[in-house]
Amino acid sequence: MSNDWPLWEVFVRAKGGMSHRHVGSVHAPDPEIALRHARDTYTRRMEGVSLWVVPSASIAASDPGDDAAMFDPAEDKIYRHPTFYDIPDDVKHI
Amino acid sequence: MAGTDPETVRAEPVEAPSSRSSVGKKEGPSTSSGRTDSVRFETLLRLGDDSLILGQRLGEWCGHAPSVEVDLSLANIGLDLIGQATHFLGAAGDGDQLAFHRDVLDFKNCLLVEQPNGDFAQTMARQLLFSTWQEMLFGHLEASKDETIAAIAAKAVKEVRYHAELAAEWVVRLGDGTEESRRRMIDGLDWNWRFVPELFELDEIAGEAAARGIGADPTAFRADYDARIAAVLAEATLEPPADQRPILGGRRGHHSEHLGHLLAAMQFLPRTYPDATW
Repeated sequence: MSNDWPLWEVFVRAKGGMSHRHVGSVHAPDPEIALRHARDTYTRRMEGVSLWVVPSASIAASDPGDDAAMFDPAEDKIYRHPTFYDIPDDVKHI
Repeated sequence: MAGTDPETVRAEPVEAPSSRSSVGKKEGPSTSSGRTDSVRFETLLRLGDDSLILGQRLGEWCGHAPSVEVDLSLANIGLDLIGQATHFLGAAGDGDQLAFHRDVLDFKNCLLVEQPNGDFAQTMARQLLFSTWQEMLFGHLEASKDETIAAIAAKAVKEVRYHAELAAEWVVRLGDGTEESRRRMIDGLDWNWRFVPELFELDEIAGEAAARGIGADPTAFRADYDARIAAVLAEATLEPPADQRPILGGRRGHHSEHLGHLLAAMQFLPRTYPDATW
């Protein structure tokens, strides 16, 4: 049965103000049941305040075989990193 | 539909009580305080046994559900129910003693919750019929004059609302699904339908509990219940099953043969190794 069901990627917001984070995936026949399955699978221990499910097929992914061209050029560009100023202690989640 | 003589109609031939008779082994109500309040005790047993038996039933799906996600959904519901049972039976006395050392005739759950799981459709039909009722019952029990019952109901009603919603979603999908899923859902509803009138039975104990304000009168929300079930069935493109002869008796310890088998599995370990801990 579940083999016939599409895959959904699950995103959980741990608490207000945080972003949704990818936590895994579930099989489900439609969005409503996918949300139920995501709730029952990934938020059983108070992990979340909000859930997203996205059809896995809707995600366009970069090609691992192409990662050199995609990511290597960024490696030596240290000036792109925001490391040249101090972050105040009170600022969280950066 | 309600109002049939409770003691004359039974689900199955009641097993002979002979050697399993529990006479003389009954848990005394409120043994700790010495004060006896049998209506409160019986009310707590009915509430606790409903949750305990259905929780155990749902546990039978563990590892056997149609998918790992559904497996988790069913186990979550079962654990919620066993949590409720822990509170209700703990308020009635020694919860473990009540759960594991009572015989079948002393269980006061409704017949619906002890029905076999059947297939997934039959399980979901049972869940819809029970959880919708339990949600409405707990909604009323939040106003119970018994603080313990009110507190348990207030916490549990949110869990049960989710159970009812999930069951409704599945009844709609299976009823309005493929030819096979529709046939299975119709069969599942047919199996469980005759046990609904018992949920709304107001016998002497339930009547007195309601009159004293510690219990709830289920007849007060019968019309709401019928309307909600009808709405789910309509969305599932299903007709309500024809009313059958109601089967009553669970509240007085007259159970179908299914409960004995369930208890045998549930109680085996603590009865065989009474001092076992984990």
